[in-house]
Amino acid sequence: MRGNLGKVFELANIQVFRHAATPKSYTDWLGRKLFLALLTVQGLGAFALITLGVIIKKFNFARSVMQPRIRHEINRSGVSLLPMFFFIALALGFLVVGQTVSALAKYGATDYLGSTMVIVIVRELGPLLTAMLVLARVGTANVIELGTARALGEVEALEALGIDPVHYLIVPRVIGMALGIFSLTIYLIIGALASGYLFAFLQDVALTPGDYFKQITEALNWLDFALLALKTMAFGFFIAIVTCYHGLAQPLRLEDVSRVAVRAVTQGVIVCVLIDAVFIVLYLVT
Amino acid sequence: MSENILNSTVIEMRDAAISTLRDSSLTVVENVNWSVASGEFWVVAGQQQSGKSDLLMTAAGLLLPSRGSCRVFGCETDSFSEAQLAERLRVGFVFAGGKLFSQLTVAENVALPLRYQKNLSEAEVSENVSALLEIMELTPFANSTSVNLAANWRQRAALARALILKPELLLLDQPLGGLGVRHRQWLLQFLEQLRVGHAWLGGQPLTIIASTDELRSWRHTQRRFAVLDEKVFSVIGVWNEVASSASTAVKELLAEPTAAIM
Repeated sequence: MRGNLGKVFELANIQVFRHAATPKSYTDWLGRKLFLALLTVQGLGAFALITLGVIIKKFNFARSVMQPRIRHEINRSGVSLLPMFFFIALALGFLVVGQTVSALAKYGATDYLGSTMVIVIVRELGPLLTAMLVLARVGTANVIELGTARALGEVEALEALGIDPVHYLIVPRVIGMALGIFSLTIYLIIGALASGYLFAFLQDVALTPGDYFKQITEALNWLDFALLALKTMAFGFFIAIVTCYHGLAQPLRLEDVSRVAVRAVTQGVIVCVLIDAVFIVLYLVT
Repeated sequence: MSENILNSTVIEMRDAAISTLRDSSLTVVENVNWSVASGEFWVVAGQQQSGKSDLLMTAAGLLLPSRGSCRVFGCETDSFSEAQLAERLRVGFVFAGGKLFSQLTVAENVALPLRYQKNLSEAEVSENVSALLEIMELTPFANSTSVNLAANWRQRAALARALILKPELLLLDQPLGGLGVRHRQWLLQFLEQLRVGHAWLGGQPLTIIASTDELRSWRHTQRRFAVLDEKVFSVIGVWNEVASSASTAVKELLAEPTAAIM
């Protein structure tokens, strides 16, 4: 196998360690796990850089093929998930925001409402919940589709036609997921904040809609918007990288696909939490 | 086509060791020394798991030889990267079973290389695809996905996909595998038309290499034969030399399929 994907497949040598005999001591077992984790990080990092390179280098290449594929992925990771996110936004508003608003009103602490909502919904819960849901809905589908395509030899067929599999298969998924998670997070935040107030209003909380939204807008600053965009794009980029990496850089067997999907989701969750941790540091220092 | 182009070397392997797609450390064929001239029709025969597919993929530049060298159109395949995309597109490859993209229709499968590699309008793409589908009698199946297609037509659609970019070298991995009698005959005649120069290719002769696990179907005076047996690649020559060969491997590949059962 040649080209960009060849570099990814070299990284799949990680399988040798996975299938080796079980170590006899705990320290050996721990050492192997650590080594595997480092190899995975190396593989994912290299795959992310290769994909980024292809996005930049082939930004305008084969537009008649790539644009419909990118539109399809935006639809899959964004538009088609809107009904589900409408429901989740209502649930989040009723269960979390509404209760928080009424609790703060009960203790006369409505002055803290804006900053509480911004920290809980805008900075943390909105982006992370969106990322988790898209990972579950679309990320798993990525692993299964790509794993199956690889097992059926479609990846080799692409290379034989001079089509870069990273460009054709990965780039649309990365762009679609980054834009999808960004857009869905915005809708989720707006929906949760609005339905949250609705719930508080039904509980006769003494807070006018004007005061409620004024407090929230005052608690927001330009950095929240910039970091929210960066964070959601980072979630989308890395979820797509993790799921596509596991879909492609695996042995050519159909029976491996489901096991790999579980591993990809686990690693996707870990990556999202790590990205979130990086952004918490950014929020704290700025 | 000038005499010069006809006699130019298309593939040249020197002491090449062929490894497998699944495990690059495993060598399946040793020391391949092979030259394919422009316009030749080669048949590479071997039993199952003898390394035919890997040899063809190496010859197409899709796999690297683990040792030695492989040059395609004078270009070393280890430097056969995207910079040499134009050289790479001179090679067409048909996989065993077709390996069509399952989510695309036949017409979309055939159009994909054209849409991706050439900056053509949708009308030009459509015109080219329709013309090729017509030549290959695939028009009634244009909107079928590969899942809904019989193996005979799947193989033919894969050949159409490989021909859409008008290659100068065509490699076919087990093209007769699983085909019915009518489709086998059609394919053998069509490949012969391509070898001498088909209208689709502007009358230019096509260099063809096909792999097989039986030799009888490929009997033809204008074809050259090679055999893979126990990691050894041997050039046998033309059909007369195949028919008179004392090699056990060649005799096994010449045997009637029913002879083994009897």
